[in-house]
Amino acid sequence: MESEQPAESYTVEELVAVNPYNPDILSDLEGFVNDQVSNQTYNLDANLSLLRLYQFEPERLSVQIVSRILIKALMAMPGPDFSLCLFLIPEQVQMEEQFKTLIVLSHYLETARFRQFWDEASKNRSILDVVPGFEQAIQMYAIHVLSLTYQKVPRPVLAEAINIEGLALDKFLEYHVANSGWVIEKGAHSHIIVLSRNEFNHPELKKNTAETVPFEHVTRIFPVLS
Amino acid sequence: MAAASYDREDGGGGGGGGAQRGSRDAYDPNYVPDSVKTFVTHLYRHIRDKNVYEIHQMYEGGFQRLSDRLFRDAPWPSAEAVAPYCDGDHVFLLLYRELWYRHAYARLSPLTASHRAESWANYCDLFSVVLHGVVNMQLPNQWLWDMVDEFVYQFQSFCQYRAKLKSKTEDELQQLKQFDTAWNVYGVLNYLQALVEKSMIAQILEREKEGLEQFTATDGYDYEGGSNVLKVLGYYSMIGLLRIHCLLGDYHTGLKCLAPIDLNQQGVYTIVIGSHISTIYHYGFANLMMRRYVDAIREFNKILLYIVKYKQYHQKSPQYDQILKKNEQMYALLAICLSLCPQHNLIDENVSTQLKEKYNDKMTKMQRFDDESYAAYDELFSYACPKFITPSPPVLDQPLTNYNQDAYRLQLKLFLYEVKQQQLLSGVRSYLKLYSTITIAKLAQYMEVDEATLRSILMTYKHKMHAVDNNGKIVSSTDFDFYIKEDVIHVAESKPIKRHGDYFLRQILKFEEMIGELEKVQFD
Repeated sequence: MESEQPAESYTVEELVAVNPYNPDILSDLEGFVNDQVSNQTYNLDANLSLLRLYQFEPERLSVQIVSRILIKALMAMPGPDFSLCLFLIPEQVQMEEQFKTLIVLSHYLETARFRQFWDEASKNRSILDVVPGFEQAIQMYAIHVLSLTYQKVPRPVLAEAINIEGLALDKFLEYHVANSGWVIEKGAHSHIIVLSRNEFNHPELKKNTAETVPFEHVTRIFPVLS
Repeated sequence: MAAASYDREDGGGGGGGGAQRGSRDAYDPNYVPDSVKTFVTHLYRHIRDKNVYEIHQMYEGGFQRLSDRLFRDAPWPSAEAVAPYCDGDHVFLLLYRELWYRHAYARLSPLTASHRAESWANYCDLFSVVLHGVVNMQLPNQWLWDMVDEFVYQFQSFCQYRAKLKSKTEDELQQLKQFDTAWNVYGVLNYLQALVEKSMIAQILEREKEGLEQFTATDGYDYEGGSNVLKVLGYYSMIGLLRIHCLLGDYHTGLKCLAPIDLNQQGVYTIVIGSHISTIYHYGFANLMMRRYVDAIREFNKILLYIVKYKQYHQKSPQYDQILKKNEQMYALLAICLSLCPQHNLIDENVSTQLKEKYNDKMTKMQRFDDESYAAYDELFSYACPKFITPSPPVLDQPLTNYNQDAYRLQLKLFLYEVKQQQLLSGVRSYLKLYSTITIAKLAQYMEVDEATLRSILMTYKHKMHAVDNNGKIVSSTDFDFYIKEDVIHVAESKPIKRHGDYFLRQILKFEEMIGELEKVQFD
C-alpha cells in the first residue's frame, strides 16, 4: 500500500542490518518512526533498535517518538510488541501521563475489555489521532479475538468490540459477508453473525498429534529388538 | 576452570575489603614459582603444537590445581613476570592475562575499577587480534566458551558495580570517571557482533545444512591445519548476545541473535555443558517473557531431563555448582510456565517428579490467584530471573543513588502485570472442565461476575493462550479448548491424553535393563 517510500525505508533497514549497535543512526531511526506513522507501515526491529539506543543514552530519549512507537505497538496486537517495548523503557519515563494512558489502553486490549478501551480511547484522541489507521488496527485485533472465541457472535457483542453501530455496522457486515465468508442469521434477541471457520473456534479441525511417537524415541529400542 | 559463573555475587560493592588485605600485601607479582614456570612453558608449547587434548588437560585440570594450591586468595604472577617462559609471545600473554583476570574475578573481591578496566582492555586486545590478525591456534571449545561467557559476565558485573553509587568512596568515584570508557555497552555488543560477522558463522551453519561445509560434525575444530578460534568464538558470541539482550530486557532481539542455531538439531552449543545450559536458560526465559510458554516448556523439559541423566558425570567439574544452580532456576521457571499454561503432557515423567518435589506447594498457590499467589510468582521470578542490568553510565554530578536494582524491578513489575491480566483464567479453566456445554449466564453466576465481564474473560483466555510465532502465525498453547455459539459455551473434549507409545517404549527399556542386571548375577 505504500509504493512511494520503499527506497527510503530500505536504507534505514539496511543501516540497522549493517550495524544494529551504532549510536550514530539514532536520528535516522527517529525519522523512520515518523515514516512508519505517515506511511502506515511498521518495523518492530527498527523500533526496538531505537529504544535500545535510548536505553543506552537516556538523555537522548524523545517522549514524542516513544509515544508513537508505543501506539504502533498497540496496533500490532495480538503480538506482544507493546510489552517488548515497555521492557526497554525506564520506569520513570513510563510514569509520564501519556504513557500511563497507553499502558491502561494496552491493559484493556490484553484483557479484551473493549467497551472500556473505546471509552478511554475517545478521551485521549489527541494522543492517538497522531497515528493514522489506529482504529482500524484495533478493530482488526478485536475481530481476531472474537474469531478465536466465537463460532457465532451476537451482533451487540460484535458492535461493542469494534465500536461500530447502526448503519456503519450494516456496511461493515456487508463487507465481511462478501469478503470474509461471514453469514448473518436471525437469533432470538438480535442478529447472530457466523464468523469464518478456523481451527481455534472449531477445535475439531486441529490435528491430533498426541499419539505420534517421534522416530528418535523408537530408535532407542532398536538395540533391544536386535 | 573457574569460569561460567553466571550468577556470582559481586563482592560487597566496593569499600571494605580489609579481609583480603593481608594476603594481597604479601603478593609479589614478579615472583614466579617453579610449578608456574613449568605450567607456562608446557601450555605455550602445546598451543604452538596445536595439541588440543593437552591444552584442554592443562586448562581444565592444571590451572585449577595450581590455583587451589598456590593462589587461593592471591593473584597469579603478572604476565610480565611469566613472559620469559613463553618467548614473550604476544598472543599467548593475552590469553594468560585473560586467565589471570578471570581467576582474580572468581577469587578476589572486591575488584577495583582499574582492575575491571584493565581486564576490559585485555579483552579488546585479544578480540582485536582474533578479528584482524591471523590467529593460527586451535583452542578447546571449553576455553573459547568460557572466554565469551566471562566477557559477558564481567560486563554484567561492571554494570552492577558502577550502579551502586551510594557506598562508593571519593577515590572509587574518581576511578569510575577515569575509566569511563571501560565496558561501554556499545563496545561490548560490537565486539560480539563483529565476532559473529567476521567468523561468517551464520553462513557456515547455512552451508552446512546443504552439506557444503562441516562444522557441527567436527565440533567446530579444524582438522585441515586451520584455526577454530574465530569460528567458534563467533558461534558462542551468538549465545553471548542472546544473554546480553536478556539482561537488557530485549527478548525479541536476543532470540533473533540465536536464530542461526537450530535447537532441534545436534549443535556445537551442546558440547560444553555451560554453553548448553546458558543457551536453553536464556532461550526459555525470553520465550516466557514473550508469552510463548509452550516453546519455553519444551526446551526446559529437554534440558532438565538431560541434567537429571548426566549431572553425575560433572560432579568433579568446577562448574558443578553452577549447573545445579541453573538447574534449580529452570525448575522455578518451568513451574511458572506450567502455572500460566498447564501443558503437563509435554513434561517427561522424571522431570515431572522432580518438579513436584520442589514446587508442588508453590504451584498450587500460583493457580489460586490471590495475594499469596502473587507472592509465589514474585518469589520464583526473582529467584530464577537473569541479573538484569542498566546499561547507561551513572550521572555523577547529581545526588548519588543506587540504581542497580532498577532494571530488575521493572522486569518484575511488567511480569507481574502479565500475571495479573491472566488472574481469572485458572478459575474459568477449572469451571469449564466440569461441563461440555454451559450458558454464559450460568457460568457468570457461578463466577460471580456479570455477563459482559465473563465474555471478556473468555476472550482473554483465548488471547493469552495463543502465541504469535516468528512468522506472525497464531499458535495455540491451550491444554483444553472451547468455543462459543451465541450464548452457549461448548467445551471441546478434554480427555487427558495418555501417551501409550512413550510409556511402552520406556517400560521396554527398563525391563531390558533389569534383565541385563539379572543376567549378571552369579551364584556361587
